[in-house]
Amino acid sequence: MFNIWDYVISFLVGGFICFLAQILVIRTKITTARILVLFLIIGMVLEVFNIYAPFKEFAKAGASVPIIGFGASLARGAIMATKEYGLIGIFTGGLTAASGGIAMAIFASFIFALIFSSKTKRGGH
Amino acid sequence: MDKEKRNTSYNLYVDAKLPKTKAWPSLFKAFLVGGIICAIGQGFFDIYSYFFPNLAESEITTCMLMTIIFITCFLTGLGIYDVVGAWGGAGSVIPITGFSNSISSPSIEFKKEGIIYGICVKMFTIAGPVIVCGVVGSIVCGIVGLFI
Repeated sequence: MFNIWDYVISFLVGGFICFLAQILVIRTKITTARILVLFLIIGMVLEVFNIYAPFKEFAKAGASVPIIGFGASLARGAIMATKEYGLIGIFTGGLTAASGGIAMAIFASFIFALIFSSKTKRGGH
Repeated sequence: MDKEKRNTSYNLYVDAKLPKTKAWPSLFKAFLVGGIICAIGQGFFDIYSYFFPNLAESEITTCMLMTIIFITCFLTGLGIYDVVGAWGGAGSVIPITGFSNSISSPSIEFKKEGIIYGICVKMFTIAGPVIVCGVVGSIVCGIVGLFI
């Protein structure tokens, strides 16, 4: 059940993806939003060309935790729903597949924004 | 001094003043932080697949992602994830935790401007483009899916 190699390969592949992103950051001074969008689109392209599924089989969480996995699940959801429900699936499939992550991110951010106050400005002014 | 010359000299000045990111240490840190976050994700995946063996793999993955998103929002609230981000660079941005932090961080930061115009509006300053591109891209993929 708990296979140590799953962790090693997750660590190595996930780390390598972040390593590539950091090279981009150093070379081009790319902003956070742009780098997230770039890797999201990479994930979608991988899914459309059927590369993501074998990659995830190999890399486990190293493929699903990076934003690439988020893009791939959006793309896969849209493609699956299109096959199953036809035209309406084009519009419903993507967000349905990614809804868990987006809903949790918005919900948790809202709740914790109500509870916590900004820490970064402490002692600054 | 013509315009072009002035621009190049200004760019040189900006390059000299910008804080330098040391290449190799920052690459190593990004690798380490990103790898550890993915290994933690694998840990939650194994725990959920142990306790809920009936769920499909994609559902367990969603549960795992929701868990680490929730934890990241909590750590952002405590101010811990900012420290990780400053140390890890892209290693903290590329995992789904970076997406989650990009929503929670501005919403906590702009709380002072009120619930609607502070939290709800500023929440999407960084994540907005990600969600927009995600939705548009998924529709394009759906159209592609009609033909494959």
